Amino acid sequence: MAQEMVKGAEALLRVFREENVDVFFGYPGGSVIPIYDALYDAEDIHGVLPRHEQGAAHAADGYARVTGKVGVCMATSGPGACNLVTGLATAYMDSIPIVAITGQVKTHLVGTDSFQEADVTGITIPITKHNYLIKDPHEIERFPDILREAFYLAKHGRPGPVLVDVPFDVSAGDVPWAERNIEALDGYEEPPVADSADIDRAADMIEAAERPVLMIGGGVVHSEASEEIIQLAEKTNIHVVHTLMAKGCFPESHELSMGMPGMHGMAYASYAIQHSDLLIVIGARFDDRITGDLERFAPDASVIHIDIDAAEIDKVRPATVGIQADAKAATRELIQAVSAREPGAWEEHLREIKKKHPLRYSDNDELMAPQFVVEKLYEVTGGKAIITTEVGQNQMWAAQYYPLEEPRKWCTSGGLGTMGYGHPAAIGAQVGRPDEIVVDIAGDGSIQMCMQELTTGTVEKLPYKIIILNNSFLGMVRQWQDMFFDKRYSGVDLTGNPDFVKLAEAHGAVGLRCGDRDKVVETLERAMEVDDVPVVVDFAVAKEENVFPMIPAGKSWDELIEAPVSDE
Amino acid sequence: MMMEMERTISVLVKNRPRVLARIAGLFARRGFNIDSLAVSTTEDEAVSRMTVATTADPPTLAQIAKQVSKLHDVVQVIDHTNHKVVERELCLIKVHIDRSERPELISLCDVFRGDIVDIGNGSVMVQLVGDKDKIDAFVHVMQDYEIEEMVRSGKIVLDRGSSK
Ligand SMILES: Cc1ncc(C[n+]2csc(CCOP(=O)(O)OP(=O)(O)O)c2C)c(N)n1
Repeated sequence: MAQEMVKGAEALLRVFREENVDVFFGYPGGSVIPIYDALYDAEDIHGVLPRHEQGAAHAADGYARVTGKVGVCMATSGPGACNLVTGLATAYMDSIPIVAITGQVKTHLVGTDSFQEADVTGITIPITKHNYLIKDPHEIERFPDILREAFYLAKHGRPGPVLVDVPFDVSAGDVPWAERNIEALDGYEEPPVADSADIDRAADMIEAAERPVLMIGGGVVHSEASEEIIQLAEKTNIHVVHTLMAKGCFPESHELSMGMPGMHGMAYASYAIQHSDLLIVIGARFDDRITGDLERFAPDASVIHIDIDAAEIDKVRPATVGIQADAKAATRELIQAVSAREPGAWEEHLREIKKKHPLRYSDNDELMAPQFVVEKLYEVTGGKAIITTEVGQNQMWAAQYYPLEEPRKWCTSGGLGTMGYGHPAAIGAQVGRPDEIVVDIAGDGSIQMCMQELTTGTVEKLPYKIIILNNSFLGMVRQWQDMFFDKRYSGVDLTGNPDFVKLAEAHGAVGLRCGDRDKVVETLERAMEVDDVPVVVDFAVAKEENVFPMIPAGKSWDELIEAPVSDE
Repeated sequence: MMMEMERTISVLVKNRPRVLARIAGLFARRGFNIDSLAVSTTEDEAVSRMTVATTADPPTLAQIAKQVSKLHDVVQVIDHTNHKVVERELCLIKVHIDRSERPELISLCDVFRGDIVDIGNGSVMVQLVGDKDKIDAFVHVMQDYEIEEMVRSGKIVLDRGSSK
């Protein structure tokens, strides 16, 4: 039987359907016109048109984080593809599954500096899990399978972005269509299974430990292991700290929750780690924002390290027992293997420490504290919103003052720290979960990096909210200059910011302003009432508020700086 | 302190465009050094073999092997540390020499089992095959002459005995 031939663009849409892609974030241009042409008739696949390709990549990322599906973005060759780079790097650092489709110049022009040609596969090697250029005949022949492979790689094992660079003549020309057979794909593998001897050793270590702490990271989100983590913690009465990536994976109201440790984490979370004799680390990678000075990090702790990525085990902190496995599966086994454990003196001690070192900030009538705004946001939304963040102080206050009870309600650029991420991520999140309240907690600096996406929000009728904690500074940089550079505020003054209310209105969104602490709740309530366009709320907050606690970069727990005690 | 020394890994990769760039880029961006590199075809035409010599301590080498293994195009990574191996490099070395010095050079070549592969007016080219130490030693000896040009291949390594 002659093999069925289809247009490359049609093959792409067929694979989209196989993968249940009903929405993608993409920006057209010359080399992807054949794909957009095929999309013209595809009523079941909606293309969201951002106003900048960076927005497309971040939106796909936000969509992926809140839905657990692969996010899809698209861009044309050359400049379009280059504009995806920040978004791909952001997703790569946080292990977010994205498939990026980029157009490329015609195959015979590749390598000749032709119009709008950029070596996008070359550029994105270090920031993708894998990438493909469909150029040689054997690649064109395998086009449908390569696309399937891209989706497969994006979400299997340790997730991450995968890019497929598709020359014009490949999407416009014919390719052989092949039926789907995932197990025959190149790179297909069964997930690694934990060695039962290692699980038993881990269980023994837990039973023998006097001061155990469980640290969970983004891997717990990806493997949907929250339930298992709760069971493990409850069975063993071990307190849980979460990295920035795992926020919401363990309910922050749970009595065993010790919150986030690290540079701007809770003092008691860092304390617990530092004094533990056993760290059970699941799906986390000992980032320097968590460890500070590695030499002095948790000096007495043995380490059980569970990660799907073997390369994370022993990369930073050597593990006593390293287990390469999926977090959910391994945690289940651990729950089976370990005996129940009653809370003891250590647990009691941690409860006291937690009570003794709450988060605190000083607040007075003249200067509205940014933390106060986030607290009120929590109240007004009943703690139920999906939160995206920009980067800087806003991000840390969001992490500190908006506790979460469930996973997949938190989108923040943890690894790369990308200003401009939160707004397009909110678009992706709202598209993915239209019935939820989505709020981008923003700084006045970051929000200007992808401001243009307000139009996208308006056109798509997305009612997400942007809460600007407007301190007229690049606050986090100013804080470092304040604390470590003799207050020499260099390059951080944002005087001259645009009028955010007018800007919102110019984009067809709703703009609100509030500088009065007594009107915060009322203003937020008004924002929540809007249900058809984005809302921007410009909160004028204290200009020189700093984020505490803080463990300065490269320092250790004993150098933690707590918030100055309020003079009230 | 764990020992930092030159160690060799073989990386079997799918024969695909950019695979060398992927591996070299990984070494570069993670700060692993490459002392020598040889890339060749293998018994399987779909697979190429890269032999990479790197100076590293055991944890770093383990990290290198794990990071390299993660690349989609990598089929297998073999760490030859503590393996019994046959290791070879090829060296071509051209020395400026007049006729009167030739006999001495030829006897030196005999000692090292090098071959004279070209004789020109005033120059001789020697080919030498051996492990790194042998070639280092030979190059050292040749420094008594005026070396016009020299080239060494990256080392290639196979484990001794059957691999089945
Ligand atoms: C794209 C990008 N550029 C620069 C930085 C460095 N940076 C980190 S935080 C920060 C200040 C952020 O200011 P703002 O958005 O106003 O937030 P605030 O800290 O005041 O809450 C800067 C410039 C970054 N993280 N990302």
